[in-house]
Amino acid sequence: MSLKELRNRINSVKQTKKITSAMKLVASSKLKRAQEQAERARPFAEKMAEMLANLARGVEGMPEAPRLLSGSDKDDTHLLLVATADRGLCGGFNSSIVRGARRRIAQLEGDGKRVRLICIGRKGRDLLRRDRADLIEEYVADVVSKRQIPFADAERIAQMVTDRFDAGEIDRATIIYNRFKSAISSELTFRQLVPVEVPPLPAAAAEVSNEPGPLYDFEPGEERILAELLPTNLAVQIYRALLENAASEQGARMAAMDNATRNAGEMIDKLTLSYNRQRQAAITKELIEIVSGAEAL
Amino acid sequence: MADKLNFELVSPESELASEACDMVVMPGEDGDLGILVEHSPMVVLLRPGVVAVHDGGAVVKRLFVAGGFAEVRADGCILLTEEGMDLAAVGREAAARRLDTAQRDFAEVTEEGPARTRAERQVHVAEALVEAVDAA
Repeated sequence: MSLKELRNRINSVKQTKKITSAMKLVASSKLKRAQEQAERARPFAEKMAEMLANLARGVEGMPEAPRLLSGSDKDDTHLLLVATADRGLCGGFNSSIVRGARRRIAQLEGDGKRVRLICIGRKGRDLLRRDRADLIEEYVADVVSKRQIPFADAERIAQMVTDRFDAGEIDRATIIYNRFKSAISSELTFRQLVPVEVPPLPAAAAEVSNEPGPLYDFEPGEERILAELLPTNLAVQIYRALLENAASEQGARMAAMDNATRNAGEMIDKLTLSYNRQRQAAITKELIEIVSGAEAL
Repeated sequence: MADKLNFELVSPESELASEACDMVVMPGEDGDLGILVEHSPMVVLLRPGVVAVHDGGAVVKRLFVAGGFAEVRADGCILLTEEGMDLAAVGREAAARRLDTAQRDFAEVTEEGPARTRAERQVHVAEALVEAVDAA
């Protein structure tokens, strides 16, 4: 490379570095907000899980248990909700979810089940559309990139699931997302939404079960409350998954951009070194030419 | 025996209220319930309506809930609602506008189905909100 080329190259890497470090800063402030939102949603989800556990115990073994709880009698069609981000440049975040989804699809199809997909987030749809476009039923846009994901959006997605379940189109539903562990790590998670997995009673309640623990009266009856609680619970589960995913996305982007910034720095150092070497070589060459020219006189 | 009731109202998006009070009146599906301290444990389905927080012989707070669930224990009660707001912060106009939108949405959905049920529910919520604002 000539000196000029090198100089251009250094400048362009410097520009890239500026961009990646700005993206890192943006991601880290978004991460903070996403994390806060996820934490605010926690009390509701936990209380709801507790109520559900109490209620489910009440109707256990009853023949008229709601179908969302007991499931349809079949196990033929699985609905996968693939939650990804709308944007890339966040390391392996999207691809790990999509890879997990592909593996699950292959496994289910291997067992002779039918698979349907609902894609939440643009990246997942773009990647899955290439080879499994026939499976995609619905694409939920404009949700995951909102500054604050509204609960109403989760309810809308939950409705898509229950409508299909009630119509007998699907027998099971699972959501795939990245569970947020810390800013630098997240975990690919499959959570079954339908039929509802009843959470175990919290340890505190189990401990006092020798004594007559809080035995609840239900107003109105268990079944009517369950009929309301189950769809809400579904929305809450989806909402939680979306919030966790949003936090994981920003964490992954922050880590990826941090790496990119560091790499750009190293590259600039290397390029600067070879630029200086070449410059020096050129100077030395010119000097030799002058000296030998003078000697020849 | 504790002499105050711990009242909490949470929505999926945030915690809307958390305070100690003497009594909470909540809109149960089958009628309003007044909860005092040392109430027997129960789970209540809520209809859209007003939750009134009483303390020191007066209503200190009126909150609107768009349905939900309440868990009552001896030491307090926790309300889970999809949407809740302090009535003091809701204007009459905003409530009327919401009812208007809900009714228009409902009129648009003509075929029977889950979508119609949902729209109808939104109308009920908006109606309850208007009623609550008018009563304030």
